[in-house]
Amino acid sequence: MPRIPHIKSLETRHEESRVAVLRGLENLGRRDFLKVAAASFGAAATMNLRTPHSYQPVKIDPGNGAAPFRFAYISDSHLYDREVNERFVRSLLRAVDDINAQDPAPDFVLFGGDLAQLGQTSELKLGAQILGALKAPVKMMVGEHDWYLDMGEAWRERFGADRYSFDHKGVHFVVLNSVLEADFWTARKLSPMERMLTVAGLDNGAQNPFTVGDEQRAWLAQDLAEVDKKTPLVVFSHSPLYKLYKPWNFWTDDAEEVQALLRPFEAVSVIHGHTHQLLTQRIEHLNFHGMLSTAWPWPYAPQGLPEITVQMNRPNPFNPLDGCGTGQVHVHADGLVDKIYDLWNRNPITVSKVFTSSGGKSDRPPATTKKSY
Amino acid sequence: MQRIQLSTIAGFGMLILTLMPACGDARGDTAVNVLMCDGKTSIEVKPAETADEGKAIADSLMAQWRQNNPGANWEADVRRSHPRVPRPHDNQELMGDGQGPGHTYGAFTADDLALWERETYRTVLEGARIFHSHKELGSTIAVSCDMCHPDAANTHPETYPKYQVQMGRVVLLRDMINWCLEHPVRSKPISPDDPRMRAMESYILAERSGTPLRYGKH
Ligand code: HEC
Repeated sequence: MPRIPHIKSLETRHEESRVAVLRGLENLGRRDFLKVAAASFGAAATMNLRTPHSYQPVKIDPGNGAAPFRFAYISDSHLYDREVNERFVRSLLRAVDDINAQDPAPDFVLFGGDLAQLGQTSELKLGAQILGALKAPVKMMVGEHDWYLDMGEAWRERFGADRYSFDHKGVHFVVLNSVLEADFWTARKLSPMERMLTVAGLDNGAQNPFTVGDEQRAWLAQDLAEVDKKTPLVVFSHSPLYKLYKPWNFWTDDAEEVQALLRPFEAVSVIHGHTHQLLTQRIEHLNFHGMLSTAWPWPYAPQGLPEITVQMNRPNPFNPLDGCGTGQVHVHADGLVDKIYDLWNRNPITVSKVFTSSGGKSDRPPATTKKSY
Repeated sequence: MQRIQLSTIAGFGMLILTLMPACGDARGDTAVNVLMCDGKTSIEVKPAETADEGKAIADSLMAQWRQNNPGANWEADVRRSHPRVPRPHDNQELMGDGQGPGHTYGAFTADDLALWERETYRTVLEGARIFHSHKELGSTIAVSCDMCHPDAANTHPETYPKYQVQMGRVVLLRDMINWCLEHPVRSKPISPDDPRMRAMESYILAERSGTPLRYGKH
């Protein structure tokens, strides 16, 4: 496929040099680390950046011989055909370049769903071609925009099962399809495209809430039955596996039932798409993290925002890439994760395991003064 | 509003069916061609004997007409898709004698109030329709406002007028609508008098009803 010529923006170059510094830091011992962290704090301070926090290395030596690891994610690219909208295509290309430039490479890349905007085969194909350029292995998850034109047929044909599990370096991973809605289309005699367009409208009230569903929960229970409760668990879902704001499906209707299946595990993180924003939740010991979109940021919901969430700054309408980006997840030896939001045009923000485990008391990410209203 | 008239006509159309004999083809003597009052939509049926059969004929004609005239039912569609759009103030406090006959504000009837409410709500629904339609907005990249502003979130109409740094001047809500129309939506700006602008302003304001005005806020 012909690539769109890529000229590295100022932000990309800034990002690359920052990544290089961080990678160097990871290889230092603790005493050196403190010295360098102090130096980078000073450097950041002289550059008038108020968030030295994000310049600190996030991978921590567990000291017990286990190998922590890192994976990256790209999510919610909402691709139309290239002739229809080139902006979203460019964004996904940029995300792929950014992640390919990470050194060392992530162990794998999760795609968090909504690859396509209207579930069309041509959109999925374009997405697959672009993601095909990723050097690391890719794990796919489905979103509602991929699903409701043909109920996932073209997606499954191309990417395989819409729910599955796998093990990686001692962590059990589960990928769910959390966007199953009860039938609202048959009675109204909607065409497949009318059904797709209804679900594609975030604020469209003529649809039903997302669910994981009885059948899939039974599958999940069975899958987890074979896993030791001490094994760290990381679950991927497109919608948040908790109830935030129903009118926009920032919501999974059977969230409590799914949470009940996860609760017996000691270290649990749920990584979800759909919300296109920095979003954190902790329910008992279960941690939930949102992913950024490459296409556009959503506003925060008018109600239900988790107390522990540190909001990201409001996006700048004068820059279509602002508030978008990719991200990384650092899995520690104890199975808990740091979630990094690699925002384009901004300093990255880390929501660390210390922050979530302390219920938001310690290691707070820099907060914005421009809250959503 | 063209569409509203159409849907009204469509409603009456069911009642004014013109029955015409089928034009002498081989399908037998009993077939009739039923033509709707739009002069275009027609089906061929056996003559109706019962009221139910008659209704079935009218229904299928109507269904056919709807298929040929998508969007005719736009108001019901928008209401179904956007049930949370706040309704306008109902003005019930104006009912009653007030200060008695001769005073304008004592003379309104329930019909007046219903008319105001229906027409105002309809303007807002029309705004919702445009706000959610990349075609109506003329986007060259298939992007509509709701993609970044679901339920008109983050449009903050209560904060205008305000100084918009990037434009270097004090702007009104419509200027920012036009700005978003031109940039993220990649269409052309529209005139402040454009019915689409008036409708979108109405919808954005309706979605924020209850929020105190605070001009100048960023
Ligand atoms: C690609 C995303 C995107 C699209 C599409 C978009 N906007 Fe915006 N718009 C933004 C962002 C981001 C802001 C800034 C929001 C903030 O300040 O929190 C904004 C701001 C605004 C504001 C001003 C808000 C304020 O705080 O003063 C208005 C009004 C507005 N948009 C209207 C519209 C309308 C009408 C459309 C459709 C014609 C539209 N926008 C399409 C991204 C978008």
